[in-house]
Amino acid sequence: MKKTQTKRFPLPVILAIFFAACFLVLPLIFVIVQALSQGIGAYLANITEEYTQKAMLLTLKTTVVVVLVNTVFGLFAAWTVTKYSFPGRKALTTLIDLPLSVSPVISGLAFLLVFGRTSPLYGLLEGIGLKVVYAVPGIVLATLFVTFPYISREMIPVLSAQGRDEEEAAALMGAGWFTIFWRVTFPHIKWSLLYGVVLCTARAMGEFGAVSILSGHLRGKTNTLPLHIEILYNEFRYSEAFAVSSILVILALLVLVLRSLIEHRGRKGEA
Amino acid sequence: MYLELKNINKSFAGFKAARDVSLGVEKGSLTALLGPSGSGKTTVLRIIAGLEAPDSGEIILDGRSVNELPGSQRGIGFVFQNYALFRYMTVYDNIAFGLQVQKKNKKEIKERVVELMELTGLAGLEKRYPNQLSGGQRQRVAFARALAPNPQLLLLDEPFAAIDAKVRGELRLWLKNMIHRLGVTSIFVTHDQSEAVEVADQIVIMNEGQIEQSGTPLQIYKRPRTPFVAQFVGDSSVIEGYERFAGFQRVPGADKAVLRPEFVECFRPDNKKLAAAMGAMERGTIQEIVFKGHCMELTLSVQGAGLRAQRSLERRPVQLGDEMMVLIYRMYVFDGENARLLENQELLKIPPDQVPAAQM
Ligand SMILES: Nc1ncnc2c1ncn2[C@@H]1O[C@H](COP(=O)(O)OP(=O)(O)OP(=O)(O)O)[C@@H](O)[C@H]1O
Ligand SMILES: [Mg+2]
Repeated sequence: MKKTQTKRFPLPVILAIFFAACFLVLPLIFVIVQALSQGIGAYLANITEEYTQKAMLLTLKTTVVVVLVNTVFGLFAAWTVTKYSFPGRKALTTLIDLPLSVSPVISGLAFLLVFGRTSPLYGLLEGIGLKVVYAVPGIVLATLFVTFPYISREMIPVLSAQGRDEEEAAALMGAGWFTIFWRVTFPHIKWSLLYGVVLCTARAMGEFGAVSILSGHLRGKTNTLPLHIEILYNEFRYSEAFAVSSILVILALLVLVLRSLIEHRGRKGEA
Repeated sequence: MYLELKNINKSFAGFKAARDVSLGVEKGSLTALLGPSGSGKTTVLRIIAGLEAPDSGEIILDGRSVNELPGSQRGIGFVFQNYALFRYMTVYDNIAFGLQVQKKNKKEIKERVVELMELTGLAGLEKRYPNQLSGGQRQRVAFARALAPNPQLLLLDEPFAAIDAKVRGELRLWLKNMIHRLGVTSIFVTHDQSEAVEVADQIVIMNEGQIEQSGTPLQIYKRPRTPFVAQFVGDSSVIEGYERFAGFQRVPGADKAVLRPEFVECFRPDNKKLAAAMGAMERGTIQEIVFKGHCMELTLSVQGAGLRAQRSLERRPVQLGDEMMVLIYRMYVFDGENARLLENQELLKIPPDQVPAAQM
């Protein structure tokens, strides 16, 4: 009995490590190996190719816009459902999670119905010269929708655990909502907010399903990195596909590192 | 009256947390809101502060109705049940917050904060964060923070609940002196009656969302008006069939009575000075002796009932099983709604200088 307790690698641990290696680490290594299979020069040529660069730029732009917008709205959503009582508060809390339970493809189709040619909105937007479907705004909208819950979900538990006392004390002393938010609430949530932002960033960069439906796959115009990879793959340009994939993999690893740094800092801040 | 509540009602999802609450608070006085857990004390305090809106009724502050006035404009300082200090601000910023929000100039703020820190004995702690303070220090920060903007009315929700018994005693006398020195009208919530009695000028007793009685501590102790107050206040125990004891007759409608240890006295049967009062006394045996530190508490079996009495350590010692003469001076009897004081009738018949007392 004592022996099994002191053993460093009991069976469940070995199994977990084995699965992690097979399903998480190996594929990533393969991606990198494949990407570099024709030498570093070819790799660099692949990732600096014109359309790849454009796709990368579009992905970055989309991500920045999406993360900014979702930070603001995610904060508001989390704040209102935890610090205020109003009719429909429960329903709103559930609604925030909706994008997580709907397949991204279906979200994309829904947006297509709302903004596509068959919708009355289409004419209206056309009138003011705004093209949503098969254009950048559609990509941004789809990504916004899919990644919306990530930030508020991180903050709702922290905000509700904290209670409303400090905010009430501040309000009684005559502080306005912005002062209350900035000086009282924000210090409590800054680490979980940052954590949410990182998750949202990762998800926004990799979004495929919803974006794929709304983008129209116009090379150099509405292709994001994941879509670009798919096209390269379908055209049997494997080494290029893997080279571009490696960019996303590197970004993902970067996010992982950031994530654990933030978790570490956040825990220290708690103490 | 500085503050008046008139027929305040408040329900939470059908649950009545305050029913028809009316009370008045004199300027400069210290009022205790006393009641068991869940009786609606916090609710009433929050309604006064404007943190909760009453369903009906009127709140009058300094002669005008403030129902529509937001809490921040009522001139109220609030000390929360668990202090609710700003965790991510230093002691200095906690106390300064109210003044900073009012956009006072820096020098003025600094003077006021320093003054308050001296007053509350916190000098030297300005750079600490709340989690680096002891319970008593936190309590004083909360107090200083509430006082900083010069409120006209100070509300304190169980200000001593989170502090250990010994410090609590010191702190409540400190608070009482401080409040009287500053002359700020104050209401504090507590479920500890000794706290209320020791500190307050006026006690308001709440039960199930209603006010049972309000008055000075002495009035509450000597003239409980409802069965709840009679039982809640003091070290009370309820007995049935009180008419079996010498000197007491049944009051129609009232079939229960409340006794406190200070209403009962017992004497050794060989005590020479009992002669005149024999008819007012009962025989009893000692069932239990508990040492209370400042006295002994005896439980006496009298006519099948267990009565408690206190006995000074200076008096002749007694033992379990000793037979004693038991004198009940008075008791509160009550029916469904009212409580009234009943004196020992036999005792009224003898001259006052012959009534046995503990000093004999
Ligand atoms: N926001 C709320 N929603 C629902 N019920 C509430 C709310 N606030 C208070 N109550 C209920 O109202 C009743 C009175 O609560 P209150 O907090 O005023 O009691 P209290 O006398 O302060 O008790 P304690 O001594 O335990 O603090 C309780 O039964 C409580 O459950
Ligand atoms: Mg309470």
